[in-house]
Amino acid sequence: MKTPSNSEKSPAGRAGKNEISYPAKTDEKAIIMSGYGINSEMETEEAFRRAGMSSDIVHINDLIAGRKKLSDYRLLVFPGGFSYGDDTGAGNAYANRVRNNLWDDVERFLDNDTLVLGICNGFQILANLGLVPGFDKKYEREIALMPNRKGVLECRFVNIRPISDNLWTRGIERMYCPVAHGEGNFFCPPETLERLRTKDMITFQYCQDDMRPANGEYPHNPNGSIEDIAGITSEDGKVLGLMPHPERAMNFTNLYDWPYQKEKMKREGKKLPQESMNMQFFKNIVHYFC
Amino acid sequence: MTSFIHRIEVHYKQDPRLTSRTDRIRSLGIPVDTLHLIDIYTIVTSSRDFSYDELCRIGAQLINPVIQEYTIDTATESVFNYAIEVGFLPGVTDNIGTTAKQTIEDFYTIRFKEGESVYSSQLFFICGHISEDSLQKLTATLANPLVNRVHIKKYEEYKNKGMDPFVPSVRFRELPTAEEVNLDLDDQDLARLGKEGILDLVTGKRRGPLALDLPQIHAIRDYFSKKGRKPTDVELESLAQTWSEHCKHTIFASSMDDDVPKGLYKTFIQEATNKIRREKGDKDICVTVFTDNSGAIIFDDRYLVTHKVETHNSPSALDPFGGALTGIVGVNRDTIGFGLGAKPCLNYYGYCVGDPESDPVLFRGKNKANPILSPRQILDGVVKGVGVGGNCSGIPTPQGWCYFNDRYTGKPLVFAGTVGVMPLKHKHRKLFEKRAKPGDLIVMAGGRVGKDGIHGATFSSEALDPASPVTAVQIGDPITQKKLSDVIVKEARDLGLYRSITDNGAGGISCSVAEMAKECNGCHVFLDKVPLKYHGMAPWEIWISESQERMTLAIPKEKIDEFMDLVQRREVEATVIGQFTDSGKCVVEYHGNVVMDIDLDFLHDGLPKKHLKTTRIHKLFPEPKTSCPARLDKTILSMLQRKNICSKEFISTQYDHTVQGGYVLGPVQGKGRVQAPASLTKVVLDSEKGVGLSQGIFPLYSEIDPYLMAAAAIDTAIRGLIAMGVSLDNIALLDNFCWCSSDEPERLWQLKRAAQGCYDFATAFGTPFISGKDSMFNDFSGFDANNNPVKISVPPTLLISSIGIHGEVEKAVSIDAKFEGDFVYVIGETFPELGGSEYFAFLDYIGNTVPKLDTRKVKFRYQRLTVAIAKEIVASAYPVNYGGLAIALAKVAISGDIGMKITIPSGLRPDYFLFSESLGRFVVTISKDNRKEFEEIVGCDAMLLGTVCGRALQISGQEIITDLPVEELETAYKSPFVGY
Repeated sequence: MKTPSNSEKSPAGRAGKNEISYPAKTDEKAIIMSGYGINSEMETEEAFRRAGMSSDIVHINDLIAGRKKLSDYRLLVFPGGFSYGDDTGAGNAYANRVRNNLWDDVERFLDNDTLVLGICNGFQILANLGLVPGFDKKYEREIALMPNRKGVLECRFVNIRPISDNLWTRGIERMYCPVAHGEGNFFCPPETLERLRTKDMITFQYCQDDMRPANGEYPHNPNGSIEDIAGITSEDGKVLGLMPHPERAMNFTNLYDWPYQKEKMKREGKKLPQESMNMQFFKNIVHYFC
Repeated sequence: MTSFIHRIEVHYKQDPRLTSRTDRIRSLGIPVDTLHLIDIYTIVTSSRDFSYDELCRIGAQLINPVIQEYTIDTATESVFNYAIEVGFLPGVTDNIGTTAKQTIEDFYTIRFKEGESVYSSQLFFICGHISEDSLQKLTATLANPLVNRVHIKKYEEYKNKGMDPFVPSVRFRELPTAEEVNLDLDDQDLARLGKEGILDLVTGKRRGPLALDLPQIHAIRDYFSKKGRKPTDVELESLAQTWSEHCKHTIFASSMDDDVPKGLYKTFIQEATNKIRREKGDKDICVTVFTDNSGAIIFDDRYLVTHKVETHNSPSALDPFGGALTGIVGVNRDTIGFGLGAKPCLNYYGYCVGDPESDPVLFRGKNKANPILSPRQILDGVVKGVGVGGNCSGIPTPQGWCYFNDRYTGKPLVFAGTVGVMPLKHKHRKLFEKRAKPGDLIVMAGGRVGKDGIHGATFSSEALDPASPVTAVQIGDPITQKKLSDVIVKEARDLGLYRSITDNGAGGISCSVAEMAKECNGCHVFLDKVPLKYHGMAPWEIWISESQERMTLAIPKEKIDEFMDLVQRREVEATVIGQFTDSGKCVVEYHGNVVMDIDLDFLHDGLPKKHLKTTRIHKLFPEPKTSCPARLDKTILSMLQRKNICSKEFISTQYDHTVQGGYVLGPVQGKGRVQAPASLTKVVLDSEKGVGLSQGIFPLYSEIDPYLMAAAAIDTAIRGLIAMGVSLDNIALLDNFCWCSSDEPERLWQLKRAAQGCYDFATAFGTPFISGKDSMFNDFSGFDANNNPVKISVPPTLLISSIGIHGEVEKAVSIDAKFEGDFVYVIGETFPELGGSEYFAFLDYIGNTVPKLDTRKVKFRYQRLTVAIAKEIVASAYPVNYGGLAIALAKVAISGDIGMKITIPSGLRPDYFLFSESLGRFVVTISKDNRKEFEEIVGCDAMLLGTVCGRALQISGQEIITDLPVEELETAYKSPFVGY
């Protein structure tokens, strides 16, 4: 394994000019949930490992049975996947399993100095649990990730840009990573949207290659989400739900346009980066615990 | 017993699915005004009833209140013309119903008892004045009569009482037992027994084909008369499974003519691999070939990768969605069942179907009984099935293809493949070896057993009894299999909890247990221990059922408690169903009675040998007489729109190809998004290496020259990987023969020639076969609307799939032209080889001159190109394929979203030069700075054609032949499948 170095500076594939270097590594551990069709736990673990944080992948049934304890961790991750095959609505059945068996532990977890991340199916689970937006810590369902406007699963690279400045977005100018979901069409009633806006909870939006807004246009906005919303935080900012998958494009060679970018950089005499701009996202999270 | 039936209906406040659904229905020519969709859950209990309040709480769990509402036992209010409710037939896997049931169980901390369940269905409200015909067509797109039940009401019938509740529970019958079968019959009756099956004494009907021929039945009769008893139905059905073409590959195993005494498989496939392995010596890349569920090659010093490609043709003809879904999750199990369990890391697909715009009116039975599905329905279904299988299992699907020809109208070919990855060792234990020991417990894990897939390969034209469980087709349950896969591959394997494992595929446990029993020489099974989906299954049905999502394991007694504890915590059902022995026998008991007792030797090797004879045929097809048009603009646009050439990106983007985090070169490439003939993916994230997949398939060559069809398939499969930078030393091949009418000597001659080609070209390239599969009878026999018999046979089809290890993915090359000013070359010679080409097909001809292959020349060429790519001086590389050079240039330009100026040499007719499908060629682009080095490495094999420049593809000979804007090329390339 080549260790990605932080000192490389290349324009493409990197996080951008405001990129921040962190001391690597934290002793805190992440808990990454698995089971019932969640499927991105291994690459999510790899992303955090590269960013400096080790994780335990824990089957939800081992938490329910008390073999593992949520209170031993400070970062809870619901990774991507197809829990329960998206039956009864994506993320809904897994959220029911959490709510029906682990709710007290989750509430206690949220009371401490902790972070929660949900990617794709994880975001759908967070939405059904009400952890985002989580207004007034009431944890009711206030948003929905509906079936995509095109009616089928969409797997393609998208650009997203941060539009609020918070612990998740520091130093990120743009991320370029895949979506792969059938139900990512963000929806909420107008009054909820207004609250999300005024409280700076809309964190990532889909955008065009040149960072202009996607304006709802396919394929830049791949699913029909209102306001091009790709990710939101909870009201207190400690929980983030994100539809695209930064953990699937950790390396420069994972990016859709890398062969073109490589050829360009080579001709400009530039050194090729090892890792992609998406790693900054995981480094930000790990930094919170450093 | 009284049952309590409740119906929860869920609808969206504003349904986001409607626009795309309505568009889709309209695109099929059904004039629907508006459409509404209701999701229904029917809850059936007998031990307790749910109160209204309880049902409301259940309803709240099944919806998201931000966007959805529910009603309890009240019909959803709406105004419409027709209401169509689509649910499942009894016994069909209902994944949504099962999830709803689990949610209710979890919420109330209860367990549904036997006979209690939740069933899902969908209700469509249709507004619009549609004819009876259109209504029928619409119903056919919403439901398949083999798996679905449909209930239609007009608004007047609906408005006061809604739909009628329906419970698709399986009717229980009395407990059947094993029966003896009399084989003291004359040959005519014995032949009928083999063809139509055992006469069922209860129903008076034949049970469905055993597919045993007379010599085989004689062998069975003689075996049992020596034993002094009659066989049971369990024994006969079991022998039929084990000896089937599907399991024993009798056509590939039998001696043929005078020159192939050892049979096609041993002579041409296995021997090719053996020869290559001997010659490569230390550089041999094979780990396990032909013996396990998949073939395996070395990935690096820590890992191996496996590959296997299966077909699921007959089931997909009947139920495209279910057939394709079980095809892909089935081949996933060939990965989990490799060695001690490899992790599925890449899925792969291939579909041969009829023209989706055609609408053939053909029937399986006389008098318009059992119409076949249209190519469009088949395409839609199989695309969705493989997608659901891969997506739900978290396995990326980076590679696949579609091939269209009317001869696939009667029977489609559906290929499904899976690559697995596994460490070579875990704590000094070799993970690619396995061996059950006498005394080990036989454990069946995963799904339960139902009547699914019993005699599934054959289709009964009799109307199905509405309360009988569906047997002919199966619907997979990828989440159940995902749970099973995870607990095996990610946990139990490295805990060392079992000694052997195999997949339950064709023949169910009758084949998997008997196969594993070879490892220790015996087994003893208690059939009554096997967990069932429902009562009323006869022992022979339990034994050969092909219910999905099951693996069989050999577990040492001292590990059984730990294994059972683990799987229980993962909510995976596992049951001890017997024990492995060293008795030399396969013994099966059912409720204390021995229902099978056969020597393993006879079971596995008792089938009589056959000798097959072939007859040479040589067909001559007319050659086109048209002359070359002065300008080819229109021709190029039409060629780009041909279904075998144009973009099928709608498939690539609905298949997740990025999960597991290893995406490098995907199914579509470049700014202009062109589908690539090969893909590259990292399967071990912290390695620099990657796995390349590609393929070659030229069905139209088979009637002209099956030997050269093999040459084209092998060369194209290899060349796809070479173009990305995979070295020839690191490539292995898989063969899939899908033939027709394999009882005809002419078809067998074509088979022999193709197999001979496989040997010659694979050994010439030094690329070993590691796995293969054949499907020999892809024929449709039915009737047209006037009861005239119709037979449609697929063209003899050889698919060669390739897998290769790329040493350094960072040096891999994509297909798109990159920068203005780069030079465009074609590497390799072009001959007037257009027999069976897309260009001749476009001209409505077949022709006779299929491409030849000079392996000595091209092998050297490929090695040179590999050197150039390793030096990172190749900006793009595209392996010339269907449609020849013109199409390759167009695709390189479209994907790069940039023009080219090309001059072609004189000599050949311009259209023949541009559309010839000569093998061994690449289009590459090279930057100015690298030109010299490139030409030094590749030599005169590379011909400079022009430069990358402007916004148009301009091709000239003496004069300008074509000059087309890239946008226009792109529109032509992408238009045919808009709306799919």
